Amino acid sequence: MNKNKTHNNWRQSDAAQGLFLISPTFVFCVVLLAIPLGLVLALSFWTQNYLELDKTLTLANYKTAWGEAIYQTLMARSLKISACVTILTVLLAYPVAYFVSFHVKPKHKAMWIFLITIPFWTSYLMRIFLWKVILGYNGVVNGSLIGAGLIEKPLSFILYNQNAVVLTLGHAWLPFAILPIFVALEKIDHSLLEAAQDLGEGPIRRFLRVTLPLSMPGVLAATVIVFIPTIGDYVTPRLVGGPNGLMISNMIELQFKKANNAPLGAALAVSAMVIVSVISLIFVWLNRKYLKAR
Amino acid sequence: MLKSITPLKIYMLFFLVFLYAPAILLPIFAFNDSSVVAFPLKGFTTEWFGVLWETEALHSAAKNSLLIAVTTAILSTLLGMLAARANARYKFPFQRPAMGLIMLPMVLPEIIIGVSLLVVILQLGFDLSLWTIILGHVLICTPFCIAILSSAFMNLDQSLEEASFDLGQTKIATFWLVTVPLVMPGLISSLLISFTISLDEFIIAFFLSGTEPTLPVYIWGQLRFPQRLPSLMALGTLLLAVSLILLILAEYFRRRGAQKTGTADTGGFI
Repeated sequence: MNKNKTHNNWRQSDAAQGLFLISPTFVFCVVLLAIPLGLVLALSFWTQNYLELDKTLTLANYKTAWGEAIYQTLMARSLKISACVTILTVLLAYPVAYFVSFHVKPKHKAMWIFLITIPFWTSYLMRIFLWKVILGYNGVVNGSLIGAGLIEKPLSFILYNQNAVVLTLGHAWLPFAILPIFVALEKIDHSLLEAAQDLGEGPIRRFLRVTLPLSMPGVLAATVIVFIPTIGDYVTPRLVGGPNGLMISNMIELQFKKANNAPLGAALAVSAMVIVSVISLIFVWLNRKYLKAR
Repeated sequence: MLKSITPLKIYMLFFLVFLYAPAILLPIFAFNDSSVVAFPLKGFTTEWFGVLWETEALHSAAKNSLLIAVTTAILSTLLGMLAARANARYKFPFQRPAMGLIMLPMVLPEIIIGVSLLVVILQLGFDLSLWTIILGHVLICTPFCIAILSSAFMNLDQSLEEASFDLGQTKIATFWLVTVPLVMPGLISSLLISFTISLDEFIIAFFLSGTEPTLPVYIWGQLRFPQRLPSLMALGTLLLAVSLILLILAEYFRRRGAQKTGTADTGGFI
């Protein structure tokens, strides 16, 4: 009787009900996310002999992934492109987030955020393809510049290279950089800004000494949110990157599909994820340490 | 505070043009009477939309995409609802790591999700099918559903549910009669958003599709044929229009949800 009662109490407890409710979603994610990720990790230590998978543990794939020039070049280039995309998006995003937070009437803010996020949800492939049309030899940019008499011959440095990849990826990830900065700016207590003003700070110094430091958590979040996923895009490099704009994801895709060397693909994928995660962690840690951003 | 024209406003104008440039060009080229996707424009035609009607392969791809998007929307909203409710209402052990795992696909590159699911499915000896794409899509949509539904459940007034218990309703009845109607706008918004994400998703679908392509996978296959490009522009325009309508509806319901629970409405979906 007594035992039954405690059992009942436990079943009624927050912990039990919470665990019960979350379990379907959690189990789904364990089975389809955690276990598959673990398997990719295991796969990266195995080797492929044609159709047979040799499950002896070996570092051979990592030796290839880290040792051979082509993978080194691709990895270094991917990191460079991702870093450039991140810097570009955060710099472009900050004024937008600032404008919506400080210069838009509160009742219109949601509409602005909606307007900014719409392109992110729609026509992923067509968007990238249209950048090819915009930046192309006979494209929109060259056409208008020639029409305006600013240049005589079409610019060739804007398509089929790394600049095009950075621009197109930056365009795709802008909303994701704007949102965290906007949220951080919204949290700023406006009386602090008034205090700075009362103490004689000009608008620029007030921004640099009050607004910017207080919004750093948002900037940090934006940096990480953009930096990590951009390393994984293989569509943008393929469509607008040209031969010298390909990234590590194109190689991962190749290994898993046509080259049929999944273990090497897995080693490349794991290496890329480890490198971007470590860089992100160091970046966040440095900022916390020196800028005291929370 | 607002002076007529500030540098910031000029910047915002350039930013919006930059942001919407592809979306504006898409319908322009779709109605352009030329087999080349380039300026200068030639004239107005609806020919390219006609081509879409006659392409059989496109119709089956569209059917696949619809089936996947509807199933994904329902499954990810259900899974999202359970997790969002658990996270908002209860304190339980391992809450943070569990939620961390569930929200992980939001920051994980999609290629990693595609690759890891592909490895598991092939190891288990299953064939790639529409179902494998659905599993991948549910995985990436669930975090967005949770983001939308969390605020709905957080703002839910618990006393309403308690009142229902006091009036003798069971837990399940209370959930369907009280809780669900109160978070209904959030649920609809979540269904619409996950439908839109799934409809447009390419990277995972490309890895996990077998012989039956989705619309984006079909588009990807056609992109290398220059003569198909104008009709792809027409298809892209239709998809853009559908996504826009769904997103506007989603935003409308999200806002209604915010009003229903009486909270200040400050931001978008995330």
